[in-house]
Amino acid sequence: MTTIAETRRAVARRPRFLLDRAEVMGPMFIAPAILYVLVLVGLPFLLALYYGVSAYSIFDPSYRFVGLKNLDEVLESEIFWHTLWNTLLFTIGSQIIGLLLGKIGAMLLMKEFPGRGIARALVILPWAVPVSLATLAWKWMFDSLYSVINWTLVAAGLVDVANQPQWLGQQDLAFAAVMTVHAWRLFPFGVIIFLAGFASVPKDVLDAATVDGAGFWRRNYQIILPIIAPIVVIALIFGTVFTFTDLSVVYLLTMGGPMNSTQVLGSLAFQVGILSGDVAHGAVICLFMFPFLLVAVIALLRALRRREI
Amino acid sequence: MNAVARRIGLTGSFYSAVVVLVLFAAFPFYWMLITAFKTDGDLYNLQSIPYWFNAAPTLEHLDYLFNKTLFLRWLLNTAIIGVCVVAITLVVSLPAGYSLARMPGRSAENLGIGIFLTYLVPPTLLFLSLSRVISWLGLQDSIWSLVVVYPTFTIPFCTWLLMGFFKSIPREIDEAAIVDGCTMLGAFIKTILPLSLPAILTVVIFAFTLTMQEFVYALTFISSSDQKPVTLGVATDLVRGDVYYWGELMAAALITSVPVAIAYNLFLDRFISGITGGAVK
Repeated sequence: MTTIAETRRAVARRPRFLLDRAEVMGPMFIAPAILYVLVLVGLPFLLALYYGVSAYSIFDPSYRFVGLKNLDEVLESEIFWHTLWNTLLFTIGSQIIGLLLGKIGAMLLMKEFPGRGIARALVILPWAVPVSLATLAWKWMFDSLYSVINWTLVAAGLVDVANQPQWLGQQDLAFAAVMTVHAWRLFPFGVIIFLAGFASVPKDVLDAATVDGAGFWRRNYQIILPIIAPIVVIALIFGTVFTFTDLSVVYLLTMGGPMNSTQVLGSLAFQVGILSGDVAHGAVICLFMFPFLLVAVIALLRALRRREI
Repeated sequence: MNAVARRIGLTGSFYSAVVVLVLFAAFPFYWMLITAFKTDGDLYNLQSIPYWFNAAPTLEHLDYLFNKTLFLRWLLNTAIIGVCVVAITLVVSLPAGYSLARMPGRSAENLGIGIFLTYLVPPTLLFLSLSRVISWLGLQDSIWSLVVVYPTFTIPFCTWLLMGFFKSIPREIDEAAIVDGCTMLGAFIKTILPLSLPAILTVVIFAFTLTMQEFVYALTFISSSDQKPVTLGVATDLVRGDVYYWGELMAAALITSVPVAIAYNLFLDRFISGITGGAVK
């Protein structure tokens, strides 16, 4: 009697025992990833928060608590508001251009034509290569003396040799130059996303709509767009975050100048926090990115959830 | 007749649109190429047409780059950083992705998204405090600081990518191995890893290219020339005061960009499905 009962229990316990093991092993498998992120992302973030309310600088590394004094000082500075505004304009502008060019590019590259593979590979280049190196090429193209853009404009008779535009030396032109590089870097990502989206639209749905008399615009906006909206939103959020928090393009192209006209949060924080050594104020400027990131994260979460339905 | 003219017109405008798009995207790279092989006299001459060689092409910039700058050292640094970051990423992300794929219920999904979201945390938010952490670790001004920090963005991205991949492997395969007496770790190593080679290759490529593209942390942590990765070294050390060594700069930019561009083109589809969380099938 008892032996039978025990065997039964053992049989019943075996998968249970395995399940227990999986419950132990599962967290152990994932623990290193979580630890890594906590120690090197979570901890620095808390430290940045504390820097923001301390008097820390490389001349006075004291961690003395000063409360919201730094925040007040940053908010009172005109350069900061100007910088925040620039950052927003660069982000919104380059997303719009990137999205438009991305859509147009994808519609062109969707068609079968000889050389399509090469065209696609070339269009992807700006997004694939390291942004710092690509920015250097633009810096050379915007050079004050030997700009190939100016040479072309002069040769075409559009501008006077003596009166060439100084792409990186005039405030409005420098702004346009930074915007151009951001949009140039971003639009291939848009092309790829739209291409992937178009490919995911079921052909029979489109055919059915065409048979039912839906024209070009109707097919685009009432059938294709709703289907690809979730991934376009995801791509848009990534693009927004990467442009909003960029430092390398501005740092290499204009250093924020002339007269802070192209300054963005990242470059201002770098100048204040690293070059001037005022870590506390630099940290406050960095932290202004956080609310925007939070909005992006919430939007991303909603897009990811919607994708599942 | 009219219809034929219309068609020719349409085809013509289609191709010109493609050409304009490709020119906009690729001209800076053409410009790198042509600058890298032009003599200085040809580069700084406003009289001649700049789009092509007006003097015989030269290798002097490449010669200078390889023999008189630390370019090779920077490439080597980037390679060392890349290999180490890839190794750390694989060791941490493979089990994490597997565990997330097999964990039951909504919490695994949330945990996965939570880890993925840290990929959105930008270097510009953390560089000030991380440089403090780096100096606590005694790693300031050394390539090892980047080896430690870069996995903070490769691990989230690759864990997410691998999670999606492991979900596509039927549960029955590793469950069968467990029933046959394997431990969870054994089942993972013996049955899942061999099936995951394509995904592992993708992770290797992306961890490496993400590492190569980073600039902000390198700029903040490293100031000695011989410790710089290639993107930083080229951008900062080939400029002396106000003088830009354009030939050398463009040659270096081109040499570094080519392998990354090829890798991206080959693995593009996987990258997209990674970033959109498998929304595109």
